[in-house]
Amino acid sequence: MADHRFEPETLAIHAGQIPDAATGARALPIYQTTSFVFDSADHAASLFNLQTFGNVYSRLSNPTVAVLEERVAALERGRAALASASGMAAEAMALLTLLQQGDHVVAAGALYGGSVSMLAVNLAKLGIETTFVDGASVDAFAAAIRPTTRAVFAESLGNPSLQVLDIAAVAEVAHAHGLPLVVDNTVPSPFLCNPIRFGADIVVHSATKYLGGHGTTLAGVMVESGKFPWDNGKFPGMTEPSKGYHGVKFFETFGDFGFTMRARMETLRVYGAALAPTSAWQILQGVETLPLRMERHCRNALAVARFLQADRRVGWVNYPGLPEHPDHALVARQMRSVDGVPGASGLLAFGVRGGLAAGVRFIEAAQMMSHLANIGDTRTLVIHPASTTHRQLDEAQQLAAGVAPDMVRISVGLEHVDDILWDIDQALAASAA
Amino acid sequence: MADDIAALRRILRSSRTIAIVGLSAEWHRPSFFAAKYMQEHGYRVIPVNPRYDEVLGERCHASLATIEVPIDIVDVFRRTEDVMPIAEQAIAIQAKCLWQQIGVKNEAAAALAAAAGLDVVMDRCVKIEHARLFGGLNWAGVNTGVISARRPI
Repeated sequence: MADHRFEPETLAIHAGQIPDAATGARALPIYQTTSFVFDSADHAASLFNLQTFGNVYSRLSNPTVAVLEERVAALERGRAALASASGMAAEAMALLTLLQQGDHVVAAGALYGGSVSMLAVNLAKLGIETTFVDGASVDAFAAAIRPTTRAVFAESLGNPSLQVLDIAAVAEVAHAHGLPLVVDNTVPSPFLCNPIRFGADIVVHSATKYLGGHGTTLAGVMVESGKFPWDNGKFPGMTEPSKGYHGVKFFETFGDFGFTMRARMETLRVYGAALAPTSAWQILQGVETLPLRMERHCRNALAVARFLQADRRVGWVNYPGLPEHPDHALVARQMRSVDGVPGASGLLAFGVRGGLAAGVRFIEAAQMMSHLANIGDTRTLVIHPASTTHRQLDEAQQLAAGVAPDMVRISVGLEHVDDILWDIDQALAASAA
Repeated sequence: MADDIAALRRILRSSRTIAIVGLSAEWHRPSFFAAKYMQEHGYRVIPVNPRYDEVLGERCHASLATIEVPIDIVDVFRRTEDVMPIAEQAIAIQAKCLWQQIGVKNEAAAALAAAAGLDVVMDRCVKIEHARLFGGLNWAGVNTGVISARRPI
């Protein structure tokens, strides 16, 4: 008899956590300890040899952190996951495990700025080169692949571009060249989109955003699909004896979760970007209500997008949940529907008539909406990228990065939609004054 | 084919002796990992491999036929095309389960064993399944698929 397949609403509450073996505690205990005792010298040897599963030191694994790992793996319909101290750390763990000096990456151009920095500056310093391509062009990904390419990287839903990746088409290109597709799925969250279903091999999250959802705690998670053929000849680090972990052959020994084990034992263990148990616990309090929150985020964001569309003080609106959005068909194909329409998450961008000065006036007039550089909070957040996050760039560079002078980004929160619309309306009045 | 959580739990819980066919004595080989793990979790491992006299403190047998103790699980670390004679021997020694490891998928051997009343498991690792269903694998961030409101036992 086949195992029952649990829905995401159930996985968000239960996956990874059964009542504590020692105490019967129903809610998740916080294992606030750096280290774990060995039963014997032989037990210690087995743990270090990875011949038995267990905890040694919380920089490698921790029972509280492991619940977050398994829960996100389950929500993504993946095989295994590795948590780390932030979304950037999760991305670094995935890429530093995959890549080495001389390797090449093909990445979508309009990525989150932190990801661009990691690829264009930090990984370049290690001798890993990245070619940035138009994320909307499947052919551009294919044309940029070289014999040394070892990864294709993109966002399922771009921030702040709100470009939607054709995951299946780009995965097909990557797989035709024996390469894994790495997808940052932060903006949709695993409730709205599961990139693995469409062929992604590794998914990364800033759990700081919708997974945690409350704007209190930093965390990141990397998920492995368990389906990539690491023995295709391009990834000797997966098939040859590990120099970083006394000769273990990760793919042969751990099979479909070999990449996660290697990321844990070779990369997380050495770079030390471990997630604190208390942070994992905080994020998990948020994950339990992820499905409920994402539905409300989608509902509120669509209402805000429709309001802005109809307002003469607004020049343009970019929200993939609108039927007029150029990527709306991709949203319909790849993302869960909410209230019978494609759920496009809570991020949108729009142009205030009057250019940069009007954009600044809008932000400064907001009463309840918070002016800050985060997304995926319970609170509605607003930012004017041209005067803040992208102010070091000139106008041409800003436009290349998808930032228009009049652009305001809103991360629509969970407040009553009438109150959000009221604040937007009064801030628009101020911007036009 | 035993492939669901309830059946795999029943097999692992009711078994005590495991004959591991193709067990390597080299510490970094997956079969050695699995054997050492199962020993540490209370199972008696009987090595079957003509290349060795002894592995993990147990006398090593050239074939299943010479084993004197009752065998619950015959765990196969051999190529798919080599499984059929092992299945026949497993039936002959009245083993209760024919377990083919990850990547080992001999459907005909599984069907033969099933027809003889054995439980059959295919393309799964005995160590990973034990750790998945009785605890341990979750600490490695693996999606175990276990959803339960009871303490792990």
